[in-house]
This record gives sequence, structure tokens and C-alpha cells, in this order.
Amino acid sequence: MSTDTIVSLPDQSTARIPKVNFLNKENGLLSWLLTGDHKRIAILYLISITFFFFIGGALAGLIRLELLTPQSDLMATDTYNKVFTMHGVIMIFFFLVPSVPATLGNFLIPLMLGAKDLALPKVNLLSWYLYMAGGILALYTMITGGVDTGWTFTTPLSTHYVNTNVLTTGLAVFVAGFSSIFTGLNFIVTIHKMRAPGMTWFRMPLFVWAHYAASILMVLGTPVLAIAIVLVALERTIGIGVFDPTKGGDPLLFQHLFWFYSHPAVYIMILPGMGVISETISTFSRKRVFGYTAVAFSSVAIAVFGFFVWAHHMFIMGISNYSMLVFSLLTMLVAVPSAIKIFNWAFTLYKGSITFETPMLYTFGFMGLFTIGGLTGVFLGTSGTDIHLTETYFIVAHFHFVMVGGMLMAFLAGIHFWWPKMTGRMYPEKISQLAAVVTFIGFNLTFFPQFILGTLGMPRRYASYPPEFQILNVFSTAGATILGVGYLLPVLYLTWSLKYGAIAGNNPWQATGLEWQTQSPPLTENFLVTPIMDHEAYDYEWLDGQKQKEVASVG
Amino acid sequence: MSDSPVLVHHGEVEIAHEHPHLPYQRHHFETMAQQNDATNFAMWLFLLTEIMFFGGLFTAYLIYRNWYYPAFVAGSHQLNVIWGGINTLVLITSSFTMAMGVWCAETRRQSQLVLCLVLTFILGLGFLGIKTIEYKEKIEKHHVPGFHYSLQSFLNPDSDKEAKAAGDKPMALDMARHTEVYFSLYFAMTGMHALHMIIGIGILGFMILRARAGGYTTGHITFVENFGLYWHFVDIVWIFLFPLLYLISRHAQ
Amino acid sequence: MSQHHEPVEARMNDHDSQGNLEEHEHHIVSPVVYLIIFAALLVGTALTVFASYLELGILNPILAIAIAVVKATLVVLFFMHVKYSSKLTKLTVGAGMFTFLILIGMTLSDYISRAWGRW
Ligand code: HEM
Ligand SMILES: [Cu+2]
Repeated sequence: MSTDTIVSLPDQSTARIPKVNFLNKENGLLSWLLTGDHKRIAILYLISITFFFFIGGALAGLIRLELLTPQSDLMATDTYNKVFTMHGVIMIFFFLVPSVPATLGNFLIPLMLGAKDLALPKVNLLSWYLYMAGGILALYTMITGGVDTGWTFTTPLSTHYVNTNVLTTGLAVFVAGFSSIFTGLNFIVTIHKMRAPGMTWFRMPLFVWAHYAASILMVLGTPVLAIAIVLVALERTIGIGVFDPTKGGDPLLFQHLFWFYSHPAVYIMILPGMGVISETISTFSRKRVFGYTAVAFSSVAIAVFGFFVWAHHMFIMGISNYSMLVFSLLTMLVAVPSAIKIFNWAFTLYKGSITFETPMLYTFGFMGLFTIGGLTGVFLGTSGTDIHLTETYFIVAHFHFVMVGGMLMAFLAGIHFWWPKMTGRMYPEKISQLAAVVTFIGFNLTFFPQFILGTLGMPRRYASYPPEFQILNVFSTAGATILGVGYLLPVLYLTWSLKYGAIAGNNPWQATGLEWQTQSPPLTENFLVTPIMDHEAYDYEWLDGQKQKEVASVG
Repeated sequence: MSDSPVLVHHGEVEIAHEHPHLPYQRHHFETMAQQNDATNFAMWLFLLTEIMFFGGLFTAYLIYRNWYYPAFVAGSHQLNVIWGGINTLVLITSSFTMAMGVWCAETRRQSQLVLCLVLTFILGLGFLGIKTIEYKEKIEKHHVPGFHYSLQSFLNPDSDKEAKAAGDKPMALDMARHTEVYFSLYFAMTGMHALHMIIGIGILGFMILRARAGGYTTGHITFVENFGLYWHFVDIVWIFLFPLLYLISRHAQ
Repeated sequence: MSQHHEPVEARMNDHDSQGNLEEHEHHIVSPVVYLIIFAALLVGTALTVFASYLELGILNPILAIAIAVVKATLVVLFFMHVKYSSKLTKLTVGAGMFTFLILIGMTLSDYISRAWGRW
């Protein structure tokens, strides 16, 4: 293990934040609210999703507190139902889906491609407004009584049996869905049409490939969720009967439509994170990503296969035996491209000069936890085992391993990695390494016991449970507390670093992406001169050559 | 540093000079061709989302049509093929006038362009007018799903003009009830389609004003082209809705 | 357009050779083509109404869909200019159709096979 660091900062006594950059080009609230600059929109998103993350987090805290004891004593059971529903809705639609793409993707894709902006800047801004509209509506529903259907809006519960705010929540998700569609659409157009000269498809950073794949899912999947929600709304208001068994409708049709989106949506929630990991793992092992092409194509493969497996969420709902068999097999297949990525990342590490800065710590967290999450997904995809495990805490643990252990870790890895690019300043290294470790420990303590609970048969979505499950639940709640600290720390020190962080310079990590070859924070137009890409991605020799040239021209 | 492929900039920065662009070229595109390409591609991607949006409805339609075929036949007999047929013609014609509009914009014929857009606009309104007549009939006969849904026409076809004309036989209550699913889908599908028409007509109105001011005959026609794509897409949806909803087994049983 | 700093200008050819700007020349479809397609669509409509009054059994819905598909294809190829568009546009249309069919096909496969009962 090497204790070296690759960080190379400019001489702090002379270094300055560039006088003109996208942050100070224009001032005033209006210049932000009406901006077309992808970097500013990314910052708007970053602030808003962080806000929603902590709302969702507070709800999670309530859930864990309630589950500290076997009885339901902290809140009434239907309040508990509302709390976990709002937790799911907010975390999935208002945090995880936009997390990496809308912040880091927005900020970085044009920079990485050598473009001045996304192809459709106004649409990009519109996405943010739609997101905010949806988010505010979701908060409004929460304040005015909440909703208790679970984030899955299961019919006929959502259409007939509850009298909570299903309609407004549905509308909130619908609107946020369009935000996601427009983001994805914008990315696809940008990646196809805005690449700088020389930036061929196979010279693009894998971050861009991952976003490309996720965008395909956003564009093709989300509308199906939209129509499913519209039908639920019509069912609920005028009783059209498409999902109503008493009128001859089939509640399972709702499940088909919902999961046709929501399975691909889990890949919307992980692919951009995988993109982050490809960048960090290469930078902090100073090696080109092993099997670049395989990793790139596995993203696309995930996007395509992702559309063929949705019924694994419906194994116990009464789909036909034959479908169960087919979907079970296909589910095994979709795990393959994810595994390809993990293996290739592991090979990238092999013989690399690895350093352990914060982004890399989160990256390791991601690799371990996502692997566990993905493998347990295979258990769940095995229709036989699933019948035992479904609707238990095993599922809860599975998807938290992939979504929190995977995506959230990747998000934090990315935020730390690109923080110097976005703000021009470094975050404090020691405390952030501590935060990464705390998060990892807290996470495992919170969610590992849930695998055991699930296998023992503790069902999800209940406020109370048999006393013999208490010990593991206490572990879980204790872990959640640690996890909470782990998430609060970055907010504090990142805010601190905005003013007191060391000046980062253009390329503190000695990374190869085009985004690092321009000033930090970048100019509004990203590059003074359209860059020309004349080397492969992750070409560290090219970078060394650049440095030598610079030295020569200075000397 | 002058020959470094990626130009790294250090220190002070002078504001990058503006390119003398054509007035409608947005600053972040290199060329007009790139901009047109990008917006056109974006429009196609948007249409993809529309395909999937209607895809959910078509899926529902196919399932229930298979399950409740007799109910779907009886429900379909309640629709008026004449109105439906006329509407199909109206919409196809409007698609044609729209295509001609794009051609006029391409060849810079301002007054003909305005004419084409106005015709498209009128035909669009005509479509909606006929749809309103049809909806009104359904409302009067209590064929709108929901609380007041009436099975009269299906349990006792002789009491119903359309059912009688089609020679429908009385249906068992169980199947008759499922006509409500047919009408649910009828209203959901044609309603969503009509909503798209309304939005389209709104945009057409705006375009007519711009076209009269010469907005699309200067060579920059992306907006007209992209709107044309949207309008044709809405037409295509109807091309499927018409046989699926109106023409299920029109021959005598 | 070429208002770049010199080094970039010298390499602008790269940009074109790289395939970002596929649709350089804009194909104008002639009104004659539009008229022919329009006529074909009208014929198609008449045909589909006519066919629905014939007793063809299982062929009735198949014929109805087939005619609709042909009509839609004509609109896509000519009114929407896909015939004259870039590969990318064609691919996009294809991707849309593909996913649409997956949604319908895979969902229906469940409904159809439910009737087969248990093994
Ligand atoms: C790597 C391959 C993966 C496989 C094979 C897999 C498999 C499964 C299966 C079979 C279920 C259904 C369990 C049940 O309802 O009984 C499930 C649930 C779930 N998975 Fe995965 N999964 C994988 C990756 C992911 C990823 C990457 C995410 C998110 C980032 C994710 C998020 C979820 C969620 C949220 C649920 C639960 C939904 C609910 O019922 O509330 N999964 N997974
Ligand atoms: Cu899934």
C-alpha cells in the first residue's frame, strides 16, 4: 500500500481563483434563475437535491426510530405508512434519479466532450423547474397529510382503498418524470451532436457512456410511468376501471406498466454512478480503465437488457409460470454486464499505483457494497428463492445496498472528485476521509442486519415486529445514526471549503479528462478555444507529455 | 504551448470574442447545420417518449380486447364509423397540408406557407369539433365510464339505435359490464390524442402569426419542420386508433 | 462560422470527417411525392373501412393492423422525411418501435401464457 498522494496543488501563496469564471460572470439571484449555463443549472440541482436528500433522510431517521422497539410506539401505524412512503418517493424520484446525472452529468458532460453547453440549454433549465415544481408539490402533499401507498403506488390500494393524497403525489412524480425525460433527451442529443473535433465515441470518458445509457432508459422508460400514473389518476377520480377487478380491469397491468419503468429506473439510478466510478478508479490507480470497450458496451447492454426483466418484481403477484421462468432467466442475464464492470474495475486496480484520497475511498465502498447488492439481486431474481424473500427486509437490504451503498457512495465519490473543478477549491482531505469511513461503517451496520432479518422472515412495511427481531433492529438503528453523521459531515466541510479550502488549480488529481484541462471553476463558455481531442481517454502518458511541454515553454 | 492539442489556459482570461452568428444561431453551436441537426434529433427523441406513452395505452387495449372481445365488439358498434372515417380523412388531409407547409417554408413561399398552416389549423379544429359531437353522444347515452355508466344498450340492444343497426344480440350481464373497460380505453386513448391535438393547434396558432411576419421564410425553418414531425406523429396515432376502436368486426355477427 | 483561433481553424476538417454533422445537404421532398402519399393514405383509409365489413375471421384484425402499419410507414418515411434522413434518425425510429414492441410483446406474453395454467 502506498501512502503517496497524487494531489498536486498550485503554490498557495500565489494561487488565485480565476478572476472570470462561471460562478461570478453574472451576479444576482435572477442571473441564476434564468441561466442557460449547464454548470449553473448543475449547481441549482446540487442545492435542491441535497435539500430533498435531507428531508428523505429525516424520514428515514423516523422509520429507524420507530423500529427500535417491537411495538409501534413512536407513531401511529398509518403515520408510519406515510413516513416510509414519503421516504421512498422523495429518495427515489427527487434524489436518486436526478442525483448524479442532473448535477455531475449536467456539469461535466459538455466539459468532457469539449462543448460549450448542452445542446438545449433552455430545456435544461426547464428540467430544473419541472423538478422543483414536482418537489414542491411532493412537500406540499407531505405537509397536508401525506400518502401511504408505498412508493410503488400499488393498485387497487392506491385507486380504491386509501384516502390520502395519491393524486397530488402522482402529479408530483409525473412532473418530476418529465424533468428526467428532458435531462436524458438533452444528454443524448449533446453526446451525439456536440462532441469536439477528434472526440470519437471510443475516446469519450466512460462517465459519458454511462450517462448515455442511462439517458436512453430515461427517454424510453419514463413515459410508461407517466401513462401508468395518468391511468391511476383517472381510475381514482372517475373510476374508469382499467385496473379495477370489479369492473373487469386487471391490477397486474398496473404492475406491468409501473415496473416497465421502475426496473429500468433502478439502472437510471446506478449507471451514472458507475460512470463516476470508472473515472475515479482510473485516476487514483493511474491506469487506463481495463477493458474500456467492454465497460462502455456493458453500459449499453445494461440499458437494453434492463427492459427485459421487469416482471421479476411480480413473481408472487400471479403472473404466469412461464413468464416467471423467462423473466427469471433474463434477470440472470442482466447481472452479467454489471459483473463485467466490477471485474474490469478490479483489473484496473491490478498493478496500478493506487492512492487513497476520499473519492477513492468512496469508490472502494461502492465496489464492495454494489457487489453484495447485485449478488443478492440474483437471489431475488431466482424465482424460487424470491417467493421466500420477497416483501421481507431482504429486499430492503438488497436495494439499499445498490442504491445507498452503490449510488450514494458513487455520488459522494463524484462530488468530492469534482468539487475542486466546480468550486475551484479543495475539500479538507483528512476529515473527508474520516467521513467516508464513517459512512461505510454506518452503512454496513444499518443494512447488513436487514439481510438476516429478511431471511428470518421479517416483513417490510410494518411498524411493529415480533420481539425476537429486536437485537438486529437495534443494530440497524444504531448504524443509521452513524450513517447520519457520515452524511452530515460532508455538508459541513464542503460548505466550509467554499471559503477556506486550498486553491485547487486546473488539475489537482492529474486526471486526463478534458474537464481538467481548463481552469477551475471553468469559464461560462467552458473553453476559450474549442479543444481538439487527439488522444485516447485515460491516456496518462499524454498527460505527462503535456506537463513536460508546459515546463519547457515556461523555462 | 502553441502546438498543444488541448489549449490549457492559465491565469488571466480575456472574454472570449463572440462569433458573428446568424441571428437565430445559438451561441453554443459551431455551425447552423449542427444546431438544426441537434434540434431535429431532439424532436425525434421526444417523439420516442410519445410512442412509449401511447404504448402503455395500446398494451392495455390489446389485453382487454383479448379478454373481453364480445364487449369490445359491442362497444365499437356504438361508435359512428361515418364520423370516425370523416375524422380520419380530416386528419390525413391536415397532415398533407402540414407537409406542404414544410415544403413552402423550405422554398420560401411566405403566403402559401401561411395558407397551409391556416388550413392545418382549421382541419385540426374540425377534427376536435367532430370529436366533441361524438363525445356528446356518449355522454348522453351514459357511456362515459364512472358512476353513471349505463348498460342499457348492451343488455337490451333493441332499445338502442346503433346496437340494433349492427344487429347486436343481448349480452350476459357479466360480459356487458366489460363494455365499460372498452369505453375507458376509448376515452383514455382518444382523450390523450385530443390533448395532443389541442396542444398542436395552440402551437399552430402561434406559428401562423410568426409566419405572417415572415418568420419561417428566411431559411431557418427548424421550428416548422419539428412541429411538422409532431403533427404527423399525432396523425399516426389516429391511424391506429381508428381501426382499433371503430372497426372491430363491423360485419354482421 | 470559421471565426476560430488559428490552430483550430487549421483542423476544422477533423470536425466534418468525424460524422457529427451528418445531414449537410437538406433534402427537399417535392409536392408530387406528398400528393402521391396523400392519395395512398386516402386509399388505405377506404380499404380499412371496407375490409372491416367483410367476414374474414382472424384475418380481420390482422388486415386492419397491416393497413395501419403501411399507412404509418408512409407517413414516417415521406411526410416525416425519414427516407431522406440520417442513419441516426432511422436508428431512433427503430429504437422507438423496438421498445414499443418489447412493452407490448413481453406484457402480452404473460397474459397469453397465464391461460396455459401450471406445469
Ligand atoms: C445487478 C443486478 C440486479 C438484480 C439481478 C436485481 C434483482 C432484483 C429483484 C429480483 C428484485 C425484486 C425482488 C422482489 O420484489 O421480490 C429487486 C428489487 C429491487 N431492486 Fe434490484 N436487482 C439488481 C440491481 C439493482 C440495482 C442496481 C438497483 C438500484 C440502483 C436495484 C434496486 C431495486 C429496488 C429499489 C428493488 C425493490 C423495489 C420494491 O419492491 O420496492 N436493484 N431487484
Ligand atoms: Cu428490478
